[in-house]
Amino acid sequence: MYTMGIDVGSSSSKAVILRDGSEVVAEAVVQAGTGSSGPGRVLEEIAARSGLKVQDMAFILATGYGRSNLPMADKQMSEITCHAKGVFFEEPTARTIIDIGGQDVKAIALTDQGTIRQFYMNDKCAAGTGRFLEVMSRVLEVGLDEMAGYHFRSQHPASVSSTCTVFAESEVISLLSQGMAKEDIIAGVHFSVAAKACALAQRVGVRESVVLTGGVGQNSGVADAIQKELGQQILVARDPQLTGALGAALLAYEEQIRKEKSA
Amino acid sequence: MSVKQLSQMSAKELLAYYQAKLDEEARQAKANGKLVCWSASVAPPELCVAMDIAMVYPETHAAGIGARKGALDMLEVADRLGYNVDCCSYGRVNIGYMELLKEEAMTGKTPEVLANSPAARVPLPDLVITCNNICNTLLKWYENLAAELDIPCIIIDVPFNHTMPVSEESKAYIADQFRNAISQLEVICGRPFDYEKFHAVRQQTQRSIAQWNRIATMSQYKPSPLNGFDLFNYMALVVCARSRDYAEITFRKFADELEEKYKKGESAFKGAEKNRVAWEGIAVWPYLGHTFKTLKNQGSIMTGSAYPNIWDLTYDAEDETLHSMAEAYTRTYINTCLDNKVKVLRGIMDRGKCDGVVYHLNRSCKLMSFLNVETAELIQQANGLPYVSFDGDQTDPRNFAPAQYDTRVEALGEMMDQAAQTAGE
Repeated sequence: MYTMGIDVGSSSSKAVILRDGSEVVAEAVVQAGTGSSGPGRVLEEIAARSGLKVQDMAFILATGYGRSNLPMADKQMSEITCHAKGVFFEEPTARTIIDIGGQDVKAIALTDQGTIRQFYMNDKCAAGTGRFLEVMSRVLEVGLDEMAGYHFRSQHPASVSSTCTVFAESEVISLLSQGMAKEDIIAGVHFSVAAKACALAQRVGVRESVVLTGGVGQNSGVADAIQKELGQQILVARDPQLTGALGAALLAYEEQIRKEKSA
Repeated sequence: MSVKQLSQMSAKELLAYYQAKLDEEARQAKANGKLVCWSASVAPPELCVAMDIAMVYPETHAAGIGARKGALDMLEVADRLGYNVDCCSYGRVNIGYMELLKEEAMTGKTPEVLANSPAARVPLPDLVITCNNICNTLLKWYENLAAELDIPCIIIDVPFNHTMPVSEESKAYIADQFRNAISQLEVICGRPFDYEKFHAVRQQTQRSIAQWNRIATMSQYKPSPLNGFDLFNYMALVVCARSRDYAEITFRKFADELEEKYKKGESAFKGAEKNRVAWEGIAVWPYLGHTFKTLKNQGSIMTGSAYPNIWDLTYDAEDETLHSMAEAYTRTYINTCLDNKVKVLRGIMDRGKCDGVVYHLNRSCKLMSFLNVETAELIQQANGLPYVSFDGDQTDPRNFAPAQYDTRVEALGEMMDQAAQTAGE
């Protein structure tokens, strides 16, 4: 039996196909989110990779901000539940999840059974999100994928204290004009993101293992800053952008089994 | 409207009828040279009603403007006057509205934005009365109204209750505040206070409150015949007409309808009631439908909210010392310590048999929101139920994002489902 999870976020679209709720058959990521060509393209891409069509899926579950705009989905669930499911499947020791996406930062506390004990999300504010990093990347003229490299070359990370994205942008511009090294500014930006995420994690209560997910998890500089901020090792999900879609595919499998049982 | 026609109306029709009637009465009063008072929502109306003053309630009026999607126009007027977006949006909507009415009065021309507004037309006040038992913003807001319009401002000062129960000293102080307001009213009206009518008005208020409380008890039943969001709508009359029989008549009808529903085993929902939530905080008026539907679509019914419960102003109408009335007007849960706030909300959750809580982090209402984090944690420690918090605002639509709300509320629904599944295994 094949099931598919689709996670359409604010910045990217992700899909995972599972066989019998345990084996990943194919995965795909397109860097374009809800309201764009992303959802359509990710479906085309995963079909091409797996050789499977939408009709071959026993159940499709959608998550992410664009979850309600996918007519082929049998069910929608929040990304909080999907992330928890996906992370616990890949890392059964996970008890705390820090997820940093395009416009959300969330901390999720898991029970020993992998269910959600509590979660907190950012307020109506872009601070500490992927969008915050995108703005800084543009100001600094350093690509998002290059930021980690700069981070690890930093000797004296700058202090970027503003929580508001617009204020922080001004702060970074001011640091640039003072001639501060980009390495130090970037490390400072990463510590600023980490501080925001860790405050949420501390509110839910940090228990090991701590797992980092979401698109920003691909930036090892942010992972490093989070480790330093928490003062403990963290794990980064195998593919941090895909855990939501993986969780959705797992939940799709459970839904289908439940459906078959009740039929 | 004849009595017979009124008796044939549904509660919903009565609500609309009396709301319109109250506005019309205020307009007529103004036209006939009688006094009109703008009042804070939990200031005692008993005093002004006893003196036959027409009442208008800016908070309810602003909520109505918000619900009819007209808030932004008023907020922009307040923005231009320099009121920061961090100030209460009820206050900003009302000050924007007042400014437009003032412009109309001074120029004889109705500003276009007022002419096109879906706001119910109410007249400018001749006096204002405010009370700090629900927040301190109401002091500065009403002082501003009084200064802008050069009219009297009556303030009922109510001390915050850092401990409960309410102390005798506090009750005596507040009763003196009432007596002081009476003296002010005698000067403003130019005649002696009508103590006989005041007694009758207090009795009427208690009859209205008894029916209001009858409605609230309906959410204890499973399935609940009462959708808690309906209380947000009916609140208009407990605010604006609790000292009149309009509220009593409407609430009795609504409670009767709900009892009938309960007897027939009917739910407030057409679909099945999957789980029950408490709602902490003021409604998001510009998105009332959206906030309700997101919960409804996932089978969550709201069966507990401390907000409408603020108007459980039960007191002894025969107590001429006014200490009992003073106690009712100071014990509103947001005028009390954290311990009491937690106790009140827990009681509401227990009675409503709630499975989770939605906390509104309301950018307008600091007093109601700043204790949410502590309240949520203490309640969860006590009853272990999941909760979620979302960012919003009572009347500023710019401070609410529907998709953000949906994600949080749906996650709460999934947590409640998970808990039910685990309990069933």
